[in-house]
Amino acid sequence: MSTATRPVHTAPTFAQSVWLVSNREISARLRSKSFLIATGILLLLSMASVIVGSIASQNTSRTKVAVVGTAISVVEQTEAFDIVEADTVEEAEALVRDGTVDAAVTPSTSADSVLGITVIALDSAPSDVLGTLSVSPELKILEPAEQDGFLAYLVAIGFGIIFLMSATTFGATIAQSVVEEKQTRIVEILMSTISVRALLAGKVLGNSLMAFAQIVAIGLLVSIGLAVTGQRVLLADVGPAIVWFAVFFAFGFVLLAALYAATASMVSRQEDVGSATSPVLFLVMIPYFMVVFFNDNPLVLAIMSYVPFSAPVGMPVRIFLGQAEWWEPVLSLVVLALSTMVVILIGSRIYSNALLRMGARVSLREALHK
Amino acid sequence: MLDIRGVTKSYGTRKVLTDVSFTVGDGRMTGFVGANGAGKTTTMRIILGVLSPDSGTVLIDGVPVTASDRRRFGYMPEERGLYPKMKVAEQLVYLARLHGLSPASARRNTTDLLERLGLDARAGDTVESLSLGNQQRAQIAAALVHDPEFLVLDEPFSGLDPLAVEVVMSVLAGFAAQGAPVLFSSHQLDIVERLCDDLVIIADGEIRANGSREALREQHSSPRFEIRTAGDTGWIRSQPGITVIDVAGAGDSTFAVFEAETDAASQAVLHHAITLGAVHTFSQQRPSLATIFKEVIA
Repeated sequence: MSTATRPVHTAPTFAQSVWLVSNREISARLRSKSFLIATGILLLLSMASVIVGSIASQNTSRTKVAVVGTAISVVEQTEAFDIVEADTVEEAEALVRDGTVDAAVTPSTSADSVLGITVIALDSAPSDVLGTLSVSPELKILEPAEQDGFLAYLVAIGFGIIFLMSATTFGATIAQSVVEEKQTRIVEILMSTISVRALLAGKVLGNSLMAFAQIVAIGLLVSIGLAVTGQRVLLADVGPAIVWFAVFFAFGFVLLAALYAATASMVSRQEDVGSATSPVLFLVMIPYFMVVFFNDNPLVLAIMSYVPFSAPVGMPVRIFLGQAEWWEPVLSLVVLALSTMVVILIGSRIYSNALLRMGARVSLREALHK
Repeated sequence: MLDIRGVTKSYGTRKVLTDVSFTVGDGRMTGFVGANGAGKTTTMRIILGVLSPDSGTVLIDGVPVTASDRRRFGYMPEERGLYPKMKVAEQLVYLARLHGLSPASARRNTTDLLERLGLDARAGDTVESLSLGNQQRAQIAAALVHDPEFLVLDEPFSGLDPLAVEVVMSVLAGFAAQGAPVLFSSHQLDIVERLCDDLVIIADGEIRANGSREALREQHSSPRFEIRTAGDTGWIRSQPGITVIDVAGAGDSTFAVFEAETDAASQAVLHHAITLGAVHTFSQQRPSLATIFKEVIA
């Protein structure tokens, strides 16, 4: 056939092939309603958590205290209570009994009293009232915790949930897209056109970009939310951890994506995707549960922050808690990047060996040895 | 010219191809025929580089095929495949671009081809929403959209309605007429018989017969002749070197089938028949492709 009359076939380079494949993946995702809805829900949830957090922090209602006579001066000094004045001790007790106030403060009748007041409560000692009115000894903390324990717990779980949701959503998407190509056999046309590595790289790149974009969107939304709702102090604390989380997620997700693609390529039907990829799902769940149960255990967190699968959650939590030296995230990132490269090499081997095997599930041994 | 030379392939201990060699000439429609599991799909996958052979090579005009050469192939795999949720035209543009076409020529080819295949009205529909026949047309379009210089089609006619068969046949014939080598496999021997110039028959991973359709027919023709004349044909029985198989008819139209030991003996029958009266037909019985196929793979 005369080549003069037909367009010149300039073979696309590896990079061009990867780019074409990843573009297709991205546009396929953006057209999928279920993907858009899931993303919308995730973004709404993160926004809602910021708003709820802000409302909860402003709504700490003040304790009501009934005050009799001269005790008012002591209580007023604290500026911590809503004061209800009572004329007599009996009247104050009645207010305590009917629940109008949480406690009553009366002038002390005992001569030994240091403070000169008596606190009356209904059935148990009102610790907030006592704590505020007590004279505390001088306090010296040797190693002050950088963050409040409850807040640390919330931040840890937040990173855990976002990692779990994004990784499983996009992991499942990659797995489905691999099996779709295998099931419809379009993979044969693709393999006769571009290299299997380019195909795998394009899929991983496309889906990783989408996952990363989602994480960045969540990070921005939460940061803006914190700023708008006046939680700037919290933002200053969480901000660096969010940035590190995004960086770790980028690498960690590529690793998981390669694993998802490789395991999915071993089966031929959508129905089998779930069972084939369940070992990877397990790997994704581990960091989530570890961080939920061990976020107050520095040793476990330290180990987590270096193990490639859990580092994307473990290291940002440690950074937030102020437990990590400056070089630690860098070292952990190097470990993660290296293991990602190894996993991609093994994964692409499994992928290219298993792609044409239809029917029964390909065993891992077969996939690795050809 | 596409040249498959000494290709051998095993899956584990099972040998699926043994020393497979044949050529697909420029402008030749070459039919690739064999039973299920004979090795057709494996051979085609090896030609396309989807599988690599254990030994043997695939050559284009005497030079081993490289990965970039394979972009000049149009391939239609046996089990059809396109992205079900992608629009027809978008899908074709994507495949054309993967083959190295610029966005502009990818779009131009897509429009042209959809028009030729009568699919232009469905360009914006997703593949899964098409009827089966139209999905097949889209599949053919996927094999042709990048202006391939070679065509390798695995069962391009299976599952096509008669109308679509005609469309596809004319598209393929047009392709071969431009000088492209076309290799296609099919179970439908009647289609192969009508369409192909050359024939390759494979059984149990070995090439059993290979050559032009006419040469193969010649080669497998029986020494059987039939003659239709105006008069009685009973006299043929007494001719030397002739065994009559069947005589039928009466009056001015009779019909005989006989086997001749030599060409000369059959010619003698013809000569004698002409002296007796009008001869309507005299021909050597040509085996159908189905007959050759059965004979070759037996």
